[in-house]
Amino acid sequence: MNKVRHNPLNIFAAHAALLTYTVIALFPVIVILVNSFKTRRSIFRDPLALPNTDTFTLIGYETVLKQGDYFLYFQNSMIVTVASLFFILLFGSMAAFALSEYRFKGNTLMALYLAIGIMIPIRLGTISILQIMVASGLVNTLTALILVYIAQGLPLAVFILSEFMRQVSADLKDAGRIDGLSEYRIFFVLVLPLVRPAMATVAVFNMIPIWNDLWFPLILAPGEATKTLTLGSQIFIGQFVTDWNAVLSGLSMAILPVMILYVIFSRQLIRGITSGAVK
Amino acid sequence: MGSLSLRNIHKSFGSVEVLKDINLEVDEGEFVIFVGPSGCGKSTLLRIIAGLEDASSGDVLIADQRVNTLPPSNRGIAMVFQTYALYPHLSVRKNMSLGLKQAKQPTKYITERVNLAADMLELTPYLDRRPAELSGGQRQRVAIGRAIVRNPKLFLFDEPLSNLDAALRVNTRLEIARLHRELETTIIYVTHDQVEAMTLADKIVVMQNGRIEQVGSPMELYNDPDNIFVAGFIGSPAMNFFSARLLEMPENIKTAGLRPEAISIKKSGKISGEISHLEHLGADTNVYIDVEGELITVRLFGQRDYEIGSTVYLGFSDDDVFIFDEAGRRVRN
Ligand SMILES: Nc1ncnc2c1ncn2[C@@H]1O[C@H](COP(=O)(O)OP(=O)(O)OP(=O)(O)O)[C@@H](O)[C@H]1O
Ligand SMILES: [Mg+2]
Repeated sequence: MNKVRHNPLNIFAAHAALLTYTVIALFPVIVILVNSFKTRRSIFRDPLALPNTDTFTLIGYETVLKQGDYFLYFQNSMIVTVASLFFILLFGSMAAFALSEYRFKGNTLMALYLAIGIMIPIRLGTISILQIMVASGLVNTLTALILVYIAQGLPLAVFILSEFMRQVSADLKDAGRIDGLSEYRIFFVLVLPLVRPAMATVAVFNMIPIWNDLWFPLILAPGEATKTLTLGSQIFIGQFVTDWNAVLSGLSMAILPVMILYVIFSRQLIRGITSGAVK
Repeated sequence: MGSLSLRNIHKSFGSVEVLKDINLEVDEGEFVIFVGPSGCGKSTLLRIIAGLEDASSGDVLIADQRVNTLPPSNRGIAMVFQTYALYPHLSVRKNMSLGLKQAKQPTKYITERVNLAADMLELTPYLDRRPAELSGGQRQRVAIGRAIVRNPKLFLFDEPLSNLDAALRVNTRLEIARLHRELETTIIYVTHDQVEAMTLADKIVVMQNGRIEQVGSPMELYNDPDNIFVAGFIGSPAMNFFSARLLEMPENIKTAGLRPEAISIKKSGKISGEISHLEHLGADTNVYIDVEGELITVRLFGQRDYEIGSTVYLGFSDDDVFIFDEAGRRVRN
């Protein structure tokens, strides 16, 4: 293994592949960022050029910040995403712990039932969901969105986390039991820290679709007070005219918070504190 | 105080019965070792004593108190695991003190106990390190320290040495023997290492297929095994078994057994064979002899040399022959 790793040709090939992928993945993002600082004319004339003194403008950002309530949308998106992630991780890991740790009748059946949601898209149930929300008076609330996203994220979360929790040393949990830790302390203090990388994976997987979702905000919470960022940005895309400056600026600003969240989670992805716990 | 009784313990996982009618009495201060082949139910029995697993039926009594329904932390036991099972995010000191903290003991008492245990196991310099920053042997000592701190009536060890290398294993074995002398606590210890069992135990419990085959002191088991399984399991190299017809035994005797160290090699005798292999161990020599298709091991003291393929005769005293009936039970005369 070491031999392969230290072969300069292999190192070169690996880096070349990774760099190519990075360029391809980042290219559209860079184009959006660059063009958000340009005048409308130069966006179309020379989309790949960097802004210079002639073409540089902040007009897009000004429009975005003036029109609509950008900060409110932003706040709504943030609340929905963070709250949904929090509860997906909390409930998902608790269910995963129960499934992986305890022997009870119907364990396998329960695991299957929880995993079915991975295969059936929640959007199929949109009409029923809307009816439920209307009946419970939750239309045009962020709660409605949060509830739906939790339901959408749980199946995969339970599936991934229970797989990881099975790998946490049984002896470690038993040592906790002998020391008198309650099942809750064993879960929160011993097991959760050891599956942190898996939790981060689940968080990243769920974060982007929730942040970008247009479907449920449009159906369940289209009101001005509960608009999310993605929904709010739609006003700049018209049927006849599209304010490209505003669209590009809005998108650029929307990238930022997701990036911050991602950096937080990816730290956890890399960090492994298991080493030395068990042989 | 620290006695243990197991009464009619049964345990099934689903339809598989892994423990069948286990009865055992352990006196206070005894060092008891469970041995047996892999999968015979040693760990399961230990976990039932600890309360980590419920018996399907039967009673566990610790210090004459029925503990069937008590959680592990209230049974007055401490357990050392094969994989150490230290809390990775806590320092050595916190690893050792967590149990007492959970039991709401005063801080002063906790510090005293931890320092005492650390002193006993020479862990004092490492008290503020994390488990990841310790060697395998040190981690195992921390695991033992964590058990000592709890001041239990009963120590439970599940193959504590099997992750250590040979030299460390000998050291830790001696250390456990010393701890037992100093603490005078009852110890239940699971292993499948013969040497550990023979050297540490006051009493060995030999198990097979979820049953106790025999209970006795190491020398009782060696000198007076009840059946063919125990005879073959205790002693290394293992006892030789051959069909009784070689020795012209009565009809009901199926198998005869002879320990490798009870046989010598002679120039003449009743039974002859061909030398098929030699093992030189320095202090002694193992000679494998092919007697009418059955391989007999002979353990000779010192360094000997024989020609492979040469014909020799087995010398032994009839008093050293163990005989067994059809069911594998020992026939004593
Ligand atoms: N949780 C469980 N569910 C089902 N079967 C189990 C479970 N735990 C143990 N067993 C079975 O019970 C039997 C006894 O297992 P146990 O771990 O007690 O063996 P052991 O004597 O400790 O073996 P080893 O020396 O390999 O550690 C095995 O056949 C095992 O497959
Ligand atoms: Mg075992």
